[in-house]
Amino acid sequence: MAYALQQLINGISLGMIYGLIAVGYTMVYGIIGMINFAHGDIFMIGAFIALISVVMLISGGIMDGPAAILIVLLVSMCVTALYGWTVERVAYRPLRGSFRLAPLISAIGMSIVLQNYVQVAQGARVKPIDSVLPGGVTVLRAESFVVQFSYMQMLIIALTLGVLAVFTWLVTRTPLGRAMRACEQDRKMASLLGIDTDRTISLTFVIGASLAAVAGTMYLFRYGVIDFYIGFLAGVKAFTAAVLGGIGSLPGAVLGGLLIGLIETFWSAYFSVEYKDVAAFSILAIVLIFMPTGLLGRAEVEKV
Amino acid sequence: MMPQALKDAVLTALVAFGLFAPMVGLRTDVGPSGALVLRQRWGDVAILVGLAFAGRLALLAWRAARGEPRPQSTARAEAIRRAGRLVAPLLLAVAVLLPFMPGTGRYELDLGILVLTYVMLGWGLNIVVGLAGLLDLGYVAFYAVGAYSYALLATTFGLSFWVCLPLAGILAAFWGILLGFPVLRLRGDYLAIVTLAFGEIIRIVLLNWVSLTNGPNGVSGIPRPTFFGLTFSAGGGPGSFADFFGLEPSPSHRVIFLYYLILALALITNVISIRLRRQPLGRAWEALREDEIACRALGINITTTKLTAFALGAMFAGIAGSFFATRQGFISPESFTFIESAIILAIVVLGGMGSQIGIAIAALVMIGGFEVFRDLDEWRMLVFGLVMVMIMVLRPRGLVGHRTPSVALGERRMISAEHVAEGHG
Repeated sequence: MAYALQQLINGISLGMIYGLIAVGYTMVYGIIGMINFAHGDIFMIGAFIALISVVMLISGGIMDGPAAILIVLLVSMCVTALYGWTVERVAYRPLRGSFRLAPLISAIGMSIVLQNYVQVAQGARVKPIDSVLPGGVTVLRAESFVVQFSYMQMLIIALTLGVLAVFTWLVTRTPLGRAMRACEQDRKMASLLGIDTDRTISLTFVIGASLAAVAGTMYLFRYGVIDFYIGFLAGVKAFTAAVLGGIGSLPGAVLGGLLIGLIETFWSAYFSVEYKDVAAFSILAIVLIFMPTGLLGRAEVEKV
Repeated sequence: MMPQALKDAVLTALVAFGLFAPMVGLRTDVGPSGALVLRQRWGDVAILVGLAFAGRLALLAWRAARGEPRPQSTARAEAIRRAGRLVAPLLLAVAVLLPFMPGTGRYELDLGILVLTYVMLGWGLNIVVGLAGLLDLGYVAFYAVGAYSYALLATTFGLSFWVCLPLAGILAAFWGILLGFPVLRLRGDYLAIVTLAFGEIIRIVLLNWVSLTNGPNGVSGIPRPTFFGLTFSAGGGPGSFADFFGLEPSPSHRVIFLYYLILALALITNVISIRLRRQPLGRAWEALREDEIACRALGINITTTKLTAFALGAMFAGIAGSFFATRQGFISPESFTFIESAIILAIVVLGGMGSQIGIAIAALVMIGGFEVFRDLDEWRMLVFGLVMVMIMVLRPRGLVGHRTPSVALGERRMISAEHVAEGHG
């Protein structure tokens, strides 16, 4: 029981990270109907920017307390947002209105570029940092097993919920959010009604990238080790989460992220660590076979 | 005009500074105490920002000089097509004669074999993506199935390459159907992600099922192919190829043989897919690609149409896989990562989906170019990715964007690329 509770805590905090990345996928998919394959690598860039700022703060001797964490987070969000914007501007915007596979290939190319750019710029070796926020609370003490709820996990969950709340407010209550939803429904009509669709799409990428940056920063803090390759698997998992929740649906992305995180953690805890990815992918396939639009996705009505 | 361009370029330089200052300017290295330390490289950042500034100015100047882009005329497309008629036989002639050309050494032949393997994979995937319009991001899984089928059958049961080649194809086709069944109802991107997941599952299983596949260490000692029972042993000896034909024993015989083998396999793939395109089955594929609902309404059996596309595509990948295994003599899950699927898909799309010659050229450009820049080391993949993005941005329809219809009544006219809807799930 205690063991399961610990896995639940671990699974939720991992799922939150996936959920944050998945939101970026699902938003971009909803608005321009493309799989932004480079999004996983944007997450990786976010983690690296956070790493660089942490090392910088340490060398300045001011890496402690919540203020430092906030600075790292903000720096990472800003720079990563710039990366997200640039990727869209350079690799996707020229292809708007082109046939469907062109942006996908461009995105795969961009993913290769980002990965190898970071490898060239920062080296291929793994980058370790010391724990930023050590310690935790003992939730339960049963027989020989102690359930730990670390401060870091608390931070991840609280921060993710906070960021998602702001994000939900942004999408549902602001003019920008309205423009985004309008573009999602019908881009041509939205532009006829005076919405600057290019700008809206750019901002969608900026928001998606900053959410991924939050995820990247949390990943760095939680696991303490990153390399240039973490983006691929995290990206695939997050995309799986987005599809599982129903691509295009924002609550679905978070739900899918949580599910993937939980499945992965429980599978590693009770069955085998080697096959945890197989478990996540198999669940995806099974869900899609019985619910082809995902858990919360809208059924597409096809007009002839 | 000019101040506007200048302002634009300054903005680009600012963005570039924002991008490169932290990532390039501050390099993290593991310091003497084990903790990370920063190494500052502002010179590199300055160069990159300068490049961005100059590049943006040059781009704007070029755009201003070029004026409005003209739409491609059909006359030009016609000219390209006529040139294309010459290119195909020329390429084929070069391919056939390559081993005997002066200056062709071991390296060139190996490169040729590699390119031809990708040509074959591209043509195979083209059946699934280009003809049937089913986006497959896990194609490398079937390549892996073929490679492991041959490797395991040959090392465990001692079956010969020529028995295993069709077996590997059949097994891979079987896996294609197995994957095809559950995803029949999925469309477009859902299909893409499930096939990607399938590719990863196969790789993870190959990596972890140590008792069967030897895990990350891979299968080694895979037997080399024989020429109708004649071996290609380096020392000659009775029963060897050199001995039978009275030739001087030479290690290049095997390479030349492998080269012609993959050339033949690739050409078979080509002929089969060209023929199939004109058959009812091929026409059903293309109809499926254009509009699934109309297809259903016209009484085409979607299930068999999709499954045959998956199975045939997978079969060619399986055959290419067993060729790969016999050529390398060693395989491990390392060779079957997602990036391979991405490269093969990129070849198909860059080649202009559905254009056989386009795919061959794309494979030559991508794989050949990739090998030519071997010295670039870790920069190589970076350049590769950049080229991929650039080709897509400049020619989103691929290198050969126009093509003749598979079936036509009376005169064959070119279809402009804009009128061909492709890649709808």
